[in-house]
Amino acid sequence: MSLFRTELRRLSKRRFTRYMTLLGLLVLAAVVVGVFFTNQKIDAGQLARAERQADQQYQEQVRWSEQERVACEQAKTAGTATDGRYPDDCSVITPPPREEIKAEWFLPSTFDFKETFDETLIPFAAILALVGFVIGASFVGAEWSTGGMMNLLLWRPKRLTVLLTKLAALLTGILAVTLPAAVLWFAGFWAVANFRGSTEKMTSGVWQSFALTGVRGVVLVLVLTTIGFALASLGRHTAMALGGVVAVMVVGQFGLGILLSMAGVRFAEAWLLPTYALAWMTKTVKLEDWNACNATYFGECKPATMDITWQQSSVLLSVGVVVILGAALWAMRRRDIS
Amino acid sequence: MPAVLEIEGLRKTYKSRRRGTRNALDGFDMRVDAGQVHGFLGPNGSGKTTTLRTLLGLIRPDGGRMALLGHEVPDALPTVAGQVGAIVESPQFFPHFTARDTLSLLAGAGEVPAVRVDEVLELVGLRDRSGERVKTYSLGMKQRLAVASALLKNPKLLILDEPANGLDPGGIREMRTLMRTLAESGMTVVLSSHILGEIQLICDSVTIISLGRRVAFGPVDEVLAQHSSGAVRIRLEAVSDLPVATEALTQAGIRVTGHPDHLMLAGVDKPASVTRLLAEKNLYVSELAPIAVDLESVFLELTATAPVPGQHRQVDESMKVGGTGQPGPAGGGWGA
Repeated sequence: MSLFRTELRRLSKRRFTRYMTLLGLLVLAAVVVGVFFTNQKIDAGQLARAERQADQQYQEQVRWSEQERVACEQAKTAGTATDGRYPDDCSVITPPPREEIKAEWFLPSTFDFKETFDETLIPFAAILALVGFVIGASFVGAEWSTGGMMNLLLWRPKRLTVLLTKLAALLTGILAVTLPAAVLWFAGFWAVANFRGSTEKMTSGVWQSFALTGVRGVVLVLVLTTIGFALASLGRHTAMALGGVVAVMVVGQFGLGILLSMAGVRFAEAWLLPTYALAWMTKTVKLEDWNACNATYFGECKPATMDITWQQSSVLLSVGVVVILGAALWAMRRRDIS
Repeated sequence: MPAVLEIEGLRKTYKSRRRGTRNALDGFDMRVDAGQVHGFLGPNGSGKTTTLRTLLGLIRPDGGRMALLGHEVPDALPTVAGQVGAIVESPQFFPHFTARDTLSLLAGAGEVPAVRVDEVLELVGLRDRSGERVKTYSLGMKQRLAVASALLKNPKLLILDEPANGLDPGGIREMRTLMRTLAESGMTVVLSSHILGEIQLICDSVTIISLGRRVAFGPVDEVLAQHSSGAVRIRLEAVSDLPVATEALTQAGIRVTGHPDHLMLAGVDKPASVTRLLAEKNLYVSELAPIAVDLESVFLELTATAPVPGQHRQVDESMKVGGTGQPGPAGGGWGA
């Protein structure tokens, strides 16, 4: 327990931890503030005005389609309708249904908590996962490269206990930042919705869904933190984790993405890690292949689809953590410290 | 005296596809008795640091037996780690923490009372600079901090690798006094150093390692005596008597080297026999001085690392015990 407390103290004393945490929280705060200032609360007057604008738009569409239909019939009578500008049957030129022209198009941006909050949890998790990854890598990487780990092992010769205690302290510290940040994130956007949008139609089911998405976000932060820690421990340097992630993202992801798209591989995104991170947060990511046409009964062409689910993502995240952390523990146990 | 540190037949081999196999430790033996200040000497690359790292569980040995404070290590390291303070090689600390933070975190990890931090800072002379970041410290100050970290546990066995490295002359003297004080308080100190004059002054006993094997060990006086050449310098009342004296001594089986005003004798067991022999020939000695060896000359002889004019010795070019025409260890078997 003393080692755990000491490692927590070491984590909080490190300037890098403090600055990175502060930076991450400032970015999150900037997002909330940005959303606050780019949204407005809609009153009845604005709504009525938007309805009128939608009506006007509809009337314009009616006038325009009538003109085009007349022009089509004239061109057909004159025998000049062969340039492909008009359809064979001029009667198909009709205005869109009134309900297709929505009043929301003419409203300023407003923050609907029920519709939008779920999406904000993705950048929340992404920013804190990045912070966790870098802090995790630096926490153990700097210890290795400055000789701190060797010093510690002279005091505590149980290598696995030392490494796992460090990890436990790191995850505790990250959790201690992430949980209050999540609460503030909920509260912040609730306030934004109250002052610059709407909090209507919130049911217990919606709250539960948001809470579960939030929990998945926290899990993602902890997983990325663990992977950063394990990679840096494996390479015994912070740069191992940072270099590794740059290599994976640049070569393994952008490069692979370009290669797969050039090769015309179906559902190329299914090979890319961010797809799984997104699926983890949104429960499902639907991939579409527009090269494949599935004709419907009415002759409509629909793309082939493939669903990536959060369960598949959970398997990938679990395997990733087990393999990378397992390798770090194995190396810690077996490799000489020189 | 009970042994505080025992090593028997320790082996560590590094294998590399490019460089082949290298035996860093090749059946190394060592023994340190309780309450001693023990010098651990060897040329660069001889295996000193590998020995210490292996002993402290940082490197996995390929064979042999080790014990610290009567417990077999590395298995019993968690039991004895609290009683063994060590610094291995150059002092390394997280540069952005202060000395106090560094020691405080180590004390926390080792469940040492916080008051001990102040005690060791006082002991190594860093009390007034303890609030400064380690990255601002000179090498000597880092060295003091390293010694402080090793002393933090108030250990029974203190292992220091090059503790005087980077210290100013005053610091070296303070370190020497500290070592002696610690030994007098009952602490056993193992000191690895290249400052052989210091080792000779501080240490009760030494172990000399070369190419991963022990080439000499025992109390400092004994090691010096065993490697003394028995050289004696004599002067006579009359310089003109030197040729006669040379002839008499040579006939007695003593190797003599003539100089304009004195003679150098080699292989003299008892200097008194020289005076007696010359007096019988009516030759009177005005000066008879046994030439003392020091640890440095013994070290250079045993490890074959003395510089040769015009040659550039490579790191691994030193003495391996048991080779043809090479000296064996000063003593035999396990320990002194």
